[in-house]
Amino acid sequence: MIDWLLLFSNAAQEIISPTTAAYALAALGLAIHFGFTGLLNFGQAGFMALGAYGYAIATLTFGFPVWGAILFGIGASIVFALILGVPTLRLRADYLAIVTIAAAEILRLLFTTNTFEPVTGSANGLQGYKGGFEELNPIPEGTYGFGPWVYNEYDWWVRIFGWGLVALAALITWRLMSSPWGRVIKGIREDEDAVRALGKNVYFYKMQSLIIGGVFGSLAGMIFILPRAVVPSNYQTSLTFFIYAILLLGGAATVLGPILGSVIFWVLLSFFSGFIARAVEAGWLPFMSSVQAGQLRFILVGIAIMVIVIYRPQGILGNKKELAFVK
Amino acid sequence: MAHAASRPRARKASRFLAGLFAAGLAALSLSMASPAMADEVGLDDYDFRIFGIVELADEPLEDVLLVIAGNGFEVDVESDAEGRWAVGVPERGDYTVTLDESSLPEGIAVIDEDREAPNVREVSVGQSGSTVANFFIGQGERNTTSYIDQVFERIFNGLNFGLLLALAAIGLSLIFGTTGLSNFAHAELITFGALMTLLFGVFLDVPIWLAIPIALALSGAFGWLNDAALWKPLRRKGVGLIPLMIVSIGLSLAVRYVYQYFIGGGTSQLPGATDTTGSIGLFGLTWVDVASMALSVVVLLGVAYFLLRTRIGKATRAVSDNPALAAASGIDVDRVIRIVWVLASVLAGLSGILWAYFRPGVSWDMGFQILLLTFAAVTLGGLGTAFGALVGAIVVGMFVEISTLWIPSDMKYVGALVILIIVLLIRPQGILGRKERIG
Repeated sequence: MIDWLLLFSNAAQEIISPTTAAYALAALGLAIHFGFTGLLNFGQAGFMALGAYGYAIATLTFGFPVWGAILFGIGASIVFALILGVPTLRLRADYLAIVTIAAAEILRLLFTTNTFEPVTGSANGLQGYKGGFEELNPIPEGTYGFGPWVYNEYDWWVRIFGWGLVALAALITWRLMSSPWGRVIKGIREDEDAVRALGKNVYFYKMQSLIIGGVFGSLAGMIFILPRAVVPSNYQTSLTFFIYAILLLGGAATVLGPILGSVIFWVLLSFFSGFIARAVEAGWLPFMSSVQAGQLRFILVGIAIMVIVIYRPQGILGNKKELAFVK
Repeated sequence: MAHAASRPRARKASRFLAGLFAAGLAALSLSMASPAMADEVGLDDYDFRIFGIVELADEPLEDVLLVIAGNGFEVDVESDAEGRWAVGVPERGDYTVTLDESSLPEGIAVIDEDREAPNVREVSVGQSGSTVANFFIGQGERNTTSYIDQVFERIFNGLNFGLLLALAAIGLSLIFGTTGLSNFAHAELITFGALMTLLFGVFLDVPIWLAIPIALALSGAFGWLNDAALWKPLRRKGVGLIPLMIVSIGLSLAVRYVYQYFIGGGTSQLPGATDTTGSIGLFGLTWVDVASMALSVVVLLGVAYFLLRTRIGKATRAVSDNPALAAASGIDVDRVIRIVWVLASVLAGLSGILWAYFRPGVSWDMGFQILLLTFAAVTLGGLGTAFGALVGAIVVGMFVEISTLWIPSDMKYVGALVILIIVLLIRPQGILGRKERIG
């Protein structure tokens, strides 16, 4: 028999899990790029990798304190955004797409190669960078919580820190998008030439947008590695595609859409994978092995992306009048 | 001496290959893979084993690198302080054990008068479930390739790779030219050709000369289905180009994992792919390589003839230039696009089959591995120009292979992608692209 309570409890845990927070923040960064500015950034996985590796390498190799390591990761993502933006922001949208996806892969290959093994740990990645973050934890030792959400002090600290960052980023995005700066940004998405005709320097606005979204991506990468190790194979292009799925689900040109999208995405994914795995164990699906059950989730994500884009391009929270896509 | 200079490089290269393999494993299982370097590898995971001892006149040799490969499986092992090593292998069958001579101490080599390559041994794991592979080691000349031979080997490998990449790139470019779609699911068309060849040539035991045409015909049908079931209705619906591109990403993800659902995460070999006996004795090429290059050239010439001389080819170029004008002058645009989809899928399928022989091996994500290089080739040549894609593919292929002379082979794709970014910086319209406003 299937333990339904366990399935629901596992799915409920995803609501506040740090992974959900990390994906929400990365999707928020992508919303600034894609939803508000119309930049086709397919390299969000690269920004996340820079945040993760920047934090871990700064801590392990250079012995930076926590704030220094965070600044190091942010700095790395700003440099990356400049490198990406300078050659491509003047060109057509699909060029940025190809360059960002290529650059994110370059980063992943550089982090995977054995050449820099002493610094990057190559395919095994890095761990043991959490000490400084643990010391900052104000919560006394013990387990807290109720229902499915019972965690120890470190797990709560990671969740509070992660969701705090998400809330801060959402607030910043909301203020930015209702400011004159945000109106120019949305204008660029709707009609770049019209904005240019008004005397705005489109190139610089796009660059600023790329940097802000990229910094959000790198912070997301840092949240992502707090409950786990840094492993290069986590930063493949499919990570970017998952974040796109979340963004499109919630609504590309909204502030709360990426957060809602991430929660829904992870709750459904957890529930569905748990259900299929248990159903296979219980012998309900005799034609499927447990490994195959694990792959079904990727197939579903792929189909979900297609269906959302075709039938509800504005997402759950989006407004149909506001164009969610550049022409 | 030329080969003396290349020795440390060869050692590095093989170490990096080992790392690359470990990285591949990690990527497949989405978990951490322990490094595939130890004196005992995979004994707990698999029932069958190959083992041996590396000694020089009864003195054990430590840290000698051996590569065991066969049946689509490959593993690296290093001898321990007693010279012993052992690996677990997944099934009974024939394996090749290669001793990396560059990991031996100076002045020592594997010697065997009767063999052309004494450091490579064929062993077979039979009924007993285990087998021994030992080498005769003594003072002597090493079995290394001279630097100039390596250069030629890389050039021909690069040409081979570039040509097969060109087959995929031209299809991608034709689809982009006629419909404006940057099709990320092109990778799955590449994998499809190889998968169908595997299905018919290996699982259903159809002879390979028949299995390949069947696979190509099915590829064409798959491309037609892609267009008829998905892209044509979306064009009718008037969906914009960027949403279409994201739909293709979703399609790519879904189809790729459908492949994995059916064939699993492992690698299988097509008939003759790992056969090293068919060497033509020149530049390390085998007859399979030569056939692959010849086939690519013939097909590419055929495509060129189609585009330049036939009515429908001219119509294709007209649609690429200006669909509205083409429609106004009586060209059936939908028909042209349908033909382009079928043609592009057949080319991608063929490229997948050749890629399966080049790697070698068929796996669920093999197309996705070269998707970015294909995009790089198309962008490098000029988006939407068929012959630009050809030039771009050969440049990318050659660059990837030749650059391994200087950079570690697990970073060879980095070089090609960096070149892509640099070209966009100085000549955004690509090598053969027309100079028009693309900003």
